[in-house]
Amino acid sequence: MEFFHEPKIDWMGIKWYFISLSLALALTGIISMLVHRGLVFGIDFRGGTVVTVKFAQSPNVDAIRGELDRAGLRNATIQGYGPPSDHAVIIGLDLQTTTSTNALDTGKQAVVTGLSNLYGKGPEGKSDFNNASPQTVTDHLTAEDPLGAGAKGLEAATKTYHDLADAIVNYRNAPPRSGLLGDFSDLRNVPGVTPGVISALAKDFYLSTYAVTDTKIVGPKVGSDLRRQAVYVTLAGLGAMLVYIWFRFELIYGVAAVVATFHDVIITLGFFSLLNKEITLTVIAALLTLVGYSMNDTIVVFDRIRENVHATKRPDFSKLVDHSINQTLSRTILTSGLTFLAVLSLFLFGGEVIHGFAFCLVVGVIIGTYSSVFIASPIVVYFYQRLAKGGMSPRVKVA
Amino acid sequence: METKIRSRVILILVVIVACILGIIGFPRNVQELKDNLHNRIHLGLDLKGGTDQILQVQVEDAVNITSGEALERLKDELKAKTLPYADIQSADDKTETPPIHRILIKGIPQDRIPDLQTIVTNQYSDWDLVRVPGDETARMLVLKTSAAATIRNQALMQAMETIRRRIDALGVAEPTIAEYGQEGDFELVVQLPGVDDPTRVRDIMQSTALLEFKLVQDGPYSSREAALAQHGGVLPPDTELVPGSESGNEVWYVLNRVAAITGRDLTGAEPSHDSSGRPNVDFTLNRDGAERFGRVTGANIGKLLAVVLDNRIFTAPVIHGQITDRGVIEGGNFTPQSANDLALVLRSGALPASIKTLSDETVGPSLGADSIRHGVLASIVGLVAVMGFMLVYYRGAGVNADVALALNLLILVAAMGYIGATLTLPGIAGVILTVGMGVDSNVLIFERIREELRLGKAVGAAVAAGFEQAFRTIIDTHVTTVVSAAILFAFGTGPIKGFAVTLTIGLLANLFTSVFVSRVIFDYGLTHREKGAALSI
Repeated sequence: MEFFHEPKIDWMGIKWYFISLSLALALTGIISMLVHRGLVFGIDFRGGTVVTVKFAQSPNVDAIRGELDRAGLRNATIQGYGPPSDHAVIIGLDLQTTTSTNALDTGKQAVVTGLSNLYGKGPEGKSDFNNASPQTVTDHLTAEDPLGAGAKGLEAATKTYHDLADAIVNYRNAPPRSGLLGDFSDLRNVPGVTPGVISALAKDFYLSTYAVTDTKIVGPKVGSDLRRQAVYVTLAGLGAMLVYIWFRFELIYGVAAVVATFHDVIITLGFFSLLNKEITLTVIAALLTLVGYSMNDTIVVFDRIRENVHATKRPDFSKLVDHSINQTLSRTILTSGLTFLAVLSLFLFGGEVIHGFAFCLVVGVIIGTYSSVFIASPIVVYFYQRLAKGGMSPRVKVA
Repeated sequence: METKIRSRVILILVVIVACILGIIGFPRNVQELKDNLHNRIHLGLDLKGGTDQILQVQVEDAVNITSGEALERLKDELKAKTLPYADIQSADDKTETPPIHRILIKGIPQDRIPDLQTIVTNQYSDWDLVRVPGDETARMLVLKTSAAATIRNQALMQAMETIRRRIDALGVAEPTIAEYGQEGDFELVVQLPGVDDPTRVRDIMQSTALLEFKLVQDGPYSSREAALAQHGGVLPPDTELVPGSESGNEVWYVLNRVAAITGRDLTGAEPSHDSSGRPNVDFTLNRDGAERFGRVTGANIGKLLAVVLDNRIFTAPVIHGQITDRGVIEGGNFTPQSANDLALVLRSGALPASIKTLSDETVGPSLGADSIRHGVLASIVGLVAVMGFMLVYYRGAGVNADVALALNLLILVAAMGYIGATLTLPGIAGVILTVGMGVDSNVLIFERIREELRLGKAVGAAVAAGFEQAFRTIIDTHVTTVVSAAILFAFGTGPIKGFAVTLTIGLLANLFTSVFVSRVIFDYGLTHREKGAALSI
């Protein structure tokens, strides 16, 4: 099977349409970042508190907001999280001005207090099963000893109940429950659970109608450190790549590759700004992935250019680059297409946690592939055409 | 040719077996298989749930204590040597980062300055004695930067050890306690899988547990202002005002600044209860501490003695009699758990410096499970689509690509297990780039082979040339990416490092699988095919 057979596309002839498109996209993005919407940084970088809560029924967002207002948390943001059928919301509080240990925790405490006011506290002395860890369940089971395993010694009993608690908690966390058990008797489906176990659990625990699935509290220092680090380390990485390409090709190739990669990052960030999507830690990971991918793609094209420069005497550089791109086009389309397929799958099925990550890669794979042809290559062509006017021919190291 | 291929095939099989063993070990039953998988594939807290805290050790506290002690010792020393002076006080320069610790002595007679120099040289080797510009009778002790740096680093290490002891005493499984951030940040990352009560854990970890017993001069007062007013606005020398709470109200006492004994004199602490069942904490003292405590308590029967924990008065009972090597901390609002926690932190030793929480992330087990389930589903769909396409597009050679890709992932997982690396969400990003570049390597090679075939080369020659030509490109793309990953690893922290680790391992594995393994499969096919048959690519 084959898609292309020796295409003869005049890439450098049509480059200006695409360079204009790039400039337009980059400018729109930059304007949006600078003056319009800016970049929405996630809690990792901004500092603050985020609490993710999953409810048994569709949550009443207005009631939650009212309760938080009463607790003095007026600037709280409440958003639905994941598909509506998940009944999950994410509650965000901006950074408190103080950062002492206690203040760091107050936001979360206020949210939890507000929710328990709204949905009712559990009976006195009972723990909330839907917010309990396997360890807590193990502790309670070992203390109650519904299976009489205590007779075999404490160690054996702990092991028995540890495994049982794991199974029970896994059952609770598996869909369709996804962390919220509605009735203790449902647990009879778990292998090893006897009616005695169920009544022991019901004695020590109650079932709340919501579960705090994730809490994140980030102080201002960690946030700003991380933001600075992400920028510096990425720039250092680009610098190192530039040096390596300089060493293997010529300086101009390194410059072109870095400019192209930079272009990709700017445009992708522009999309995030325009669509008001949050820049989280996982998005940074995706941007690093994009940098690697775009660089890879550019080097493949450059490598062909280098090979052709050595194979041709006094080449017309523009034609030579066109030819190189055409020669690698089949590979470029295949690789990009397949990578796109993989990240599209992440975007569609990956769930809420990696949604931003997958979005960044979906955009990035397209831009990263395109920039090798329309940004990196024209820069090298432009440079050598200027050289050619001075009577010099393109030169590149032998691989 | 045959033997060369055979030895290569053996090498590949050895790698595969080593990887499989690395992941599953030698399981004798299904349970062991599960346990081994669990033990060898380390999932990050973002994937399996737990709490992750970044703490900053306020190391300057430790330097302050050292320089405070030096000041007190120096006063005693000057008194003992009858060296007169007008004034002695600490004069730290806090405008510098890190601050410079100094002690200023004024009004020393000219002829005694050599004596001061001798004292400093002999007993204060961590300090330099310098002149004070414009005042010939004054001298300044300056703590050497190297000495201060040592104290700071020791404080960090000691804090790490103390936190580790406390967490071990709590019985948390598989905790991670490590340095974090850059040199000079004095940050720690503490990761506790499966902990569902992070607030209590944090309280136990961060309680400085600086325990001091100090004699009460007077009090209680209802506020700081009331206490100061009683003394005409100025506290008596060598005393300090310390807050506490009694039956829910804030109270202030004037205490001796120097503690009778501190937590360092303790040899043990156990939760216990008094005759009426109220919880309390028993403690025992070392010989030196017992002697000093006996002296102070013996001489002050009937007075109040404050138990000061982390600069707050925990309780201030009356001294009923001389106490030497054993005592009890009572009162306060002990519950069985808080008595237990206090004994735990006293036993594990005081933190040398206070601790500030910089961030705290708790991922519930269900969210972790959700992200794993979605992530795994999405990855499998993506991989199957890619692998299926390779088979359709390249037919026979597609098998090479799929084997190479599968083996790449196997090596990646096994290597992470062998080096004990943790797989986190950013790490998965590295895996995705690895898969992308792995597919790319195969595509590059196969497209080259097709080109060579189109040029009319024989099958064997085309395969050899295809690999040779594509290898140049592959090595360039891989080295470039590994170089940048190395930078990310060297200068990045936590999440960024996780990305760099999986990416580097994945790309190294890919060089082996896409270039070496895939070539061996081709060569094997070439030696076993019928003469003149076309290559399936």
